[in-house]
Amino acid sequence: MSDITARRTRRRAVWSAGARRDRAPLSTRFILTVTIIALTAYFLIPIAWMLIASTKSTADLNTTFGLWFSHFDLMQNLHDLFAYRDGIFRRWVVNSLIYSGGGALGSTFLAALCGFALAKYRFRGRNAIMGLIFGGVLIPGTVLALPTYLLLNSFGLINTYWAVILPSLSSAFGVFLVRIYAAAAVPDELLEAGRIDGAHDVRIFFTVVLRILLPSLVTVFLFSFISIWNNFLLPLIVLNDQSLWPVTLGLYSWQMNAMSEPDLVRIVVTGSMVGTIPLVVLFLTLQKYWRSGITTGALK
Amino acid sequence: MTAPTLHPATRDGRNGAEQAGEPPRLTASRRNKRRFGADWKMAWAFVVPFLALFVVFHLVPVFYALWQSFHGVEKSGGLGFTKPSVIFVGLDNYAEALTDEGFLRSVGRVLLYGVVQVPVMLGLALVMALIFDTAIVRMRSLFQLAAFLPYAVPGIIASILWAFLYLPGVSPVLDLLDGAGAHIDFLAPGSVLWSIANISTWQWTGYNMIIIFAALQAIPRDLFEAARIDGATNWQIAWRIKVPLVAPAILITGLFSVVGTLQLFSEPTVLRTITNNVTYNYTPNMIVYNLAFGSNQPYYSAAVAVVIAIGAFLLSFGFLRVLQRRNPDE
Repeated sequence: MSDITARRTRRRAVWSAGARRDRAPLSTRFILTVTIIALTAYFLIPIAWMLIASTKSTADLNTTFGLWFSHFDLMQNLHDLFAYRDGIFRRWVVNSLIYSGGGALGSTFLAALCGFALAKYRFRGRNAIMGLIFGGVLIPGTVLALPTYLLLNSFGLINTYWAVILPSLSSAFGVFLVRIYAAAAVPDELLEAGRIDGAHDVRIFFTVVLRILLPSLVTVFLFSFISIWNNFLLPLIVLNDQSLWPVTLGLYSWQMNAMSEPDLVRIVVTGSMVGTIPLVVLFLTLQKYWRSGITTGALK
Repeated sequence: MTAPTLHPATRDGRNGAEQAGEPPRLTASRRNKRRFGADWKMAWAFVVPFLALFVVFHLVPVFYALWQSFHGVEKSGGLGFTKPSVIFVGLDNYAEALTDEGFLRSVGRVLLYGVVQVPVMLGLALVMALIFDTAIVRMRSLFQLAAFLPYAVPGIIASILWAFLYLPGVSPVLDLLDGAGAHIDFLAPGSVLWSIANISTWQWTGYNMIIIFAALQAIPRDLFEAARIDGATNWQIAWRIKVPLVAPAILITGLFSVVGTLQLFSEPTVLRTITNNVTYNYTPNMIVYNLAFGSNQPYYSAAVAVVIAIGAFLLSFGFLRVLQRRNPDE
């Protein structure tokens, strides 16, 4: 298209843009809306079932329609969930919070240090480090499972909190995200001004840089927290002691017995609900951060 | 690393000179102090904490696995009184893996799964992103949130929920299908693979939709208006302009999905608790886990894991090649 026609069409587009939007035929709008509603139902049905099933007794679970309420027994189920097997579920929730909270805090801090340095320092080995990190991301977790177990075993760390936390501390995605953010958001002049004022690099980092990086750090924290909370394979191989298990592993072990012990179904479902709530709350409160995290992670 | 030891007076003096508009006379070392980012020792101090953990928990295990894959336990005829010794076995483990029928069948299974599940999931994600991009559907952000919610459910819990939804007696989905006259067994030998595929599709469609949607929103709007003036219909704009322009985003999501497919583990492991039609060697990853922790064959397990990793690399590079062919400039 020549320059002149392009300019002319753009001028015409200005007045037509608002009017065009809703001009799709009614039938098209109907089909598209129905498509979205059907897909939304698909996404929500398992979650709705979980919420409803956690309010039912074992008898109602098997006899009443699953997507509507019957007698409301949520309190009974919650009580039984936290009382089952000497109340070990409470322990699992606390463990999950320790693993996810501690691991996410640590990995966010390390990613902030490393990502900032990669963005703002010029030094030999910088490109090699970035290549190493990017290559490391592509290694499937499968390959790491057994050697990680043997490694932790040789440190004597099997069946400790460290067995789950230490391997979770190095988030390559986090470094990647902070590096992009720091390159764009931390002005060189600010760092140089800090230096002129006689501040040490470490002090500049803690007093000025961290505050500027905060939005990206929230994103890194969010994604680390989620990935550690969801981790299944690592706790499965490094923790034999039930009292150290996170929620996911504990629920899986109960699910294995649920087929022979039908009363366990309502406990597993109620536990699933409790195990999902922290993540849903995080997502709803930090919406803008997960959006930016997903799109920078995938597009850059 | 030394802290700057400038005397306050000196510092003030220099600032004063600068304010007066005189070019500051700096010695070489002072100039270095001003320029941020030249101090390589400082840079390494920032990088090392992350790097050390990354090397220990991401790179060392890889080399350890490689070493293991070329070794094995010497098979002696003794009764086990002597400690078995580890010997170099060359490519024996690999030869065994590549002729192991169970392993090859599991690879075929996940490839079949990937060929169907990845396009279906990305197709759904693309259609949703395109619909949201037209602004025809109201309450867009609410619908997007609903689509994304499954990603917030931990994978194990998602699998447990679907396991119940596949289970006759408990499942309202089966009740509804029965009412409609469709009697489907989600756990039959022929259908359980697709029931697993459904779990991943449910979890990841919204996530991929967000990525494609962001790419769509980044396209300059006047491109569509220009096409419209030239007489293009909405469908033509969608398929001829929007889809080609977001193809890189689709390929990236495809790359992640394919690598994820090869590592399929938790979904089939959970469904195994309710049906025998998911065997212990159903997916390559389940085989690796079982060899290492179930049947105590760590060396062979390492070789199988390396084969999977190489497969993942080859698939990734294949995808990246396609990606580069589309954008020759990059």
